[in-house]
Amino acid sequence: MGRLEGRIINIMGDFITSFLSGPVPIEAYLAVSTIMFFAGVYGFLSRKNMLMVLVSVELMLNAADLNFVVFNRYLYPGQLEGFFFTLFAIGIAAAETAIAIAIIINIYRHVKSIYIDENITKMKN
Amino acid sequence: MAEQIIFYIIATIIVFSTIMAVTTQKIIRSATFLLFVLLGTAGLYLLLDYHFLMAVQIAVYAGGVMVLFIFAILLTHEPGVDVKFEKPGRIFIAAVAALAGLGICGHIIFYNVNKFYTYVTQSEFQMQDIGMAMMGTDKYQYLLPFEAISVLLLACIIGGIMIARKR
Repeated sequence: MGRLEGRIINIMGDFITSFLSGPVPIEAYLAVSTIMFFAGVYGFLSRKNMLMVLVSVELMLNAADLNFVVFNRYLYPGQLEGFFFTLFAIGIAAAETAIAIAIIINIYRHVKSIYIDENITKMKN
Repeated sequence: MAEQIIFYIIATIIVFSTIMAVTTQKIIRSATFLLFVLLGTAGLYLLLDYHFLMAVQIAVYAGGVMVLFIFAILLTHEPGVDVKFEKPGRIFIAAVAALAGLGICGHIIFYNVNKFYTYVTQSEFQMQDIGMAMMGTDKYQYLLPFEAISVLLLACIIGGIMIARKR
């Protein structure tokens, strides 16, 4: 009985150390960013609130940035292309969020609601 | 070893927060979970040895964008009121689309990605290299997009003031 338990513990310990040794595999990073991106897709399609839609867009942008950085680090170490693309993408995303929130606050001032439904269509003038 | 454990902790936090951010009822909670996702992404950048990118992510996203979000939420919502959802049919279609995309991309990543890279440890980038790469016009230098970003930010400032001012 003691020997069996000892062997099971040995096997589990070997499994854990082999699982955790070496660098983090690239698939792990890509899995995280894939889940982040498709959660953003789900939120974008299933929400009616404009701020929620904007949160989902931020999630998708963030997943794309993470992918750029991971591919740069793993496939082209020592170069900086993905790094700079992510840097500029963060700047553009901040600008886009500021404009979107300005538009949303303007809509709220006109129709007292920020839900995507019928009363958004009569926003002219 | 320690790197791997830290990575899996951060990945768990990110996955939990990102799913909660798109499924929770209260919008302020959604914004808070988005903040956790952005901070976790900054942690991943730190784990990949891009320290400057981590600082930019925290300063721009977790600082600036989240303050904008919270201001907008508090300006346009009664506190404590649940947000309305789409119709259940639309939610079902959205879930099917997201799960289908997740399945396809997951299949591709799981079966194809591990064939083409070798991990190389690298020393940390010096800030000098980043500054030289950003302030030059040669090959692999990025002065032109830097200036284009500055013009874009100016246009966004003017556009934001024009759109959101009182008439």
